[in-house]
Amino acid sequence: MATQEIKNAAAGSGAQPASSQGFVYLPLIAGWLVPGAGHFLLRKWGRGALLAAAILGMFVTGLAMQGKLYSGAHDILDILGLVGDLGNGLLYIASQMLGLGTVQVQTATADYGTRFIVVAGLLNVIAAVDAHNLRTGRKS
Amino acid sequence: MSHFAAVLLFALFASTVFGITQRETPQRMLRYGIYCFLLFIGSAIVISWLMYFIAR
Repeated sequence: MATQEIKNAAAGSGAQPASSQGFVYLPLIAGWLVPGAGHFLLRKWGRGALLAAAILGMFVTGLAMQGKLYSGAHDILDILGLVGDLGNGLLYIASQMLGLGTVQVQTATADYGTRFIVVAGLLNVIAAVDAHNLRTGRKS
Repeated sequence: MSHFAAVLLFALFASTVFGITQRETPQRMLRYGIYCFLLFIGSAIVISWLMYFIAR
């Protein structure tokens, strides 16, 4: 009974049915492929620009510090690093194609750079999920 | 790049994303971003001093 009342209240609060919202996962996928693109699609220009600047900045800083891009999975740590790197979407693919991030890590700074690249990917996933939440109305 | 400069950059970028994604209004985003930034820097300094004394 109470559940039915909650459903009725939600229906009356202006929430649109999912079928009329188009493809709800588009901001999620776009945000993953290109940092900030999910927010740009939702016309959140300021948030998207800041997210893009932060994620791109972290990724480029990581490469400038001679960080390594994970390309294969030999053990569990490599798998986790690769998953983090894949969070960068097209940035990761483009960098691999350009041959960036292939130098052997020899200094502490280069090791930090590798972490920067992994964390940039993880932050990009958080940003893409945020765009999805905005799209579904879970966040305003 | 010094290690502390790397910490500053890391904290700046991460707290920007945290602030925007974890809060809803611009004012609360800014406050949470600054809070995260200070926590990143503060914890790095505290842990650095702890390691300094442990190593002695």
